Amino acid sequence: MSSRPTNVVIAGLGGQGVLKASDILADVAFSDGLDVKKSELHGMSQRGGSVSSDVRFGQRVFSPMVPEGEADYLIVIAPDQIPVNASALGQGGVLIEPSQIDESSLPNMKSMNVALLGVLSRHLRFSVEAWAAALERNLPEKLREATLQAFFIGRDSEQASRKNELSS
Amino acid sequence: MAAFDAGVTLGTGYPGTPSTEILETFEKLGGRAQWSPNEKVALEVGIGVAFAGARALVTMKHVGLNVAADPLFTVAYTRLDGALVVVSADDPGMASSQNEQDNRRYALAAGVPMLEPSDSQEAYEFTLRAIEISERWQVPVLLRMTTRVCHSKTIVRFDRSGAAAISPPHPPHFEHDFPSRVMIPAYARPAHLRLRKTLAEIAVWNDTEGQNELIAGSPSLGIIASGVAFQYVREAAPQASVLKLGMTYPLPVERMRAFATSVDRCIVIEEGDPYLVEGARTAGIAVEGKPESFRFGELNTSRVRRILDGDISPEPKRVPGKPPALCPGCPHRSVYTALKNLNCIVPGDIGCYSLGVLPPFEAMDTLVCMGAAIGVGLGLRHSLPPEEAKRVVSVIGDSTFVHSGMTGLVEMIYNPPESGHVVLILDNGTTAMTGMQEHPGTGRTLAHASTGKVVFEDLARSLGVRNVHVIDPTQYPEKFQELVQSCLDRPEISVVIARRDCLLATRSIREYERCNEQPTN
Repeated sequence: MSSRPTNVVIAGLGGQGVLKASDILADVAFSDGLDVKKSELHGMSQRGGSVSSDVRFGQRVFSPMVPEGEADYLIVIAPDQIPVNASALGQGGVLIEPSQIDESSLPNMKSMNVALLGVLSRHLRFSVEAWAAALERNLPEKLREATLQAFFIGRDSEQASRKNELSS
Repeated sequence: MAAFDAGVTLGTGYPGTPSTEILETFEKLGGRAQWSPNEKVALEVGIGVAFAGARALVTMKHVGLNVAADPLFTVAYTRLDGALVVVSADDPGMASSQNEQDNRRYALAAGVPMLEPSDSQEAYEFTLRAIEISERWQVPVLLRMTTRVCHSKTIVRFDRSGAAAISPPHPPHFEHDFPSRVMIPAYARPAHLRLRKTLAEIAVWNDTEGQNELIAGSPSLGIIASGVAFQYVREAAPQASVLKLGMTYPLPVERMRAFATSVDRCIVIEEGDPYLVEGARTAGIAVEGKPESFRFGELNTSRVRRILDGDISPEPKRVPGKPPALCPGCPHRSVYTALKNLNCIVPGDIGCYSLGVLPPFEAMDTLVCMGAAIGVGLGLRHSLPPEEAKRVVSVIGDSTFVHSGMTGLVEMIYNPPESGHVVLILDNGTTAMTGMQEHPGTGRTLAHASTGKVVFEDLARSLGVRNVHVIDPTQYPEKFQELVQSCLDRPEISVVIARRDCLLATRSIREYERCNEQPTN
């Protein structure tokens, strides 16, 4: 039987870049040669309501949605959406949330989605170059610098906190 | 993409989640696509394309096919020279719809062959196959998608030269053929016979070489599935034997029969209605279906596991998320504030402004289908006691008005209630809910180029409405409220157009207008 896919759920509110973040993640996994599926809900959910998107990648992926309680990583861009999505996370799954990022250091609040992808990048084996390339492909050129900056703020903050965990 | 690769001559449709992106993508790839005022017109244009020997793709959401059902049932009798593929994007679970009807019933009812893709790759391949089937048997084909096929992205491999390739379209040409295209009773009777004969041929073909796939597995458990349910099945029961149906009308009953007898337990896993179960049982194939509780909402891997385990214990309830709301600064906000202040009875319609039913406004009383605001409002006016009747205001958006509000307006002029009536058109200059699509009232095409424009106030006046007002409800909220009040006080028919661009669309609208003003050379 093929190995189980990696399951990521990205959640937040309409307008926070949930779908964009999931596009970027799917792109990174796709460029790595993996089977990737991504699912999301639009329409009514666009008007500032809850939005979530599932990204799954591995040797072979069937369902485009992450089964309840089987997410390996849950990224929540709006803190008040954590309780709404908590049941997605599996045992031993990792929650990635804005409190892990020093908001004041971000180039703008809109880039929180990318900063949290930076945190996620520490947990996945994709190279920094692959992430940077996917970011460039998915975001307009004028946002490129701010985006990369936000990504590395996320990535570096996760390194710092993991070091702290190890030393304590 | 498939539509483009297949040389589709024209894509038509009306926006509706989850179908909207198909035509937008087709247009971006360089295809010719256009929004129609509604799905019925879109399908009729598509029929004309196919009568001309060319290839047509017509897209809509599931409830859109209700609007287009009239042409669908009869075009099935006709003989097409080109291809006609109708995409029905169903929304089980109602992520963004007013019902969760299962449009596979339409294929059966109208006698239209149907394909059900289960992921993006199949959406591509099945579109090509649908065009071939349509041209080979000269019938329309229904491509039935669901939210999780439309709004998921999975890897698509293109094989433009290999087996997946499709022959180029024929040059368009018109041949007179009265008995095949003029459905007067004398011609329609033999046409119906011909359709049933064609469907019988397609059924045989589907049994032997249709888009169906057998995944060999344990003989103890056999599952028949179609569409996205197939993906959940593969994940929930990787050991099972699976018969995946690609063409689900007409059903490949002999393959299903052989499969069912080859396994110890044969269960059908399908989203929505028990369509495949009924089809199998009608053919005398013994299959197990899902418990009734799984008819509601979407399936997913966990629910499929439950069905297979016969587990009908209560399912865990998801914590409700934050509901959508009208944006801060949205022009609809001042409209609903006024209607609430005036204690109006508000038959509403479908669009962002449907959110007027939720707090803090709670100022919309009915929502049935596109355009219903006007008819329902008139019915209320005709039957309520005078004191209540004079508080009824029909609220309808600009795109919805074009879609199916115009006939309601004609009804109001022809059969005016004694107390008069007020129709409020919320004109925010775009089809906001589905993602800012153009419509005939914006004067711009699907690709945002300048074109003919339907001006609502001119239209209403020309039809014979004497009280027609245009006002910006955000800039003049008090005046707006006074205006509605004064219209309500009169036993006459009035149309009030609350015009202000959707906040989210303002910038793009300005940009399109700027581009259209520039000379093109």
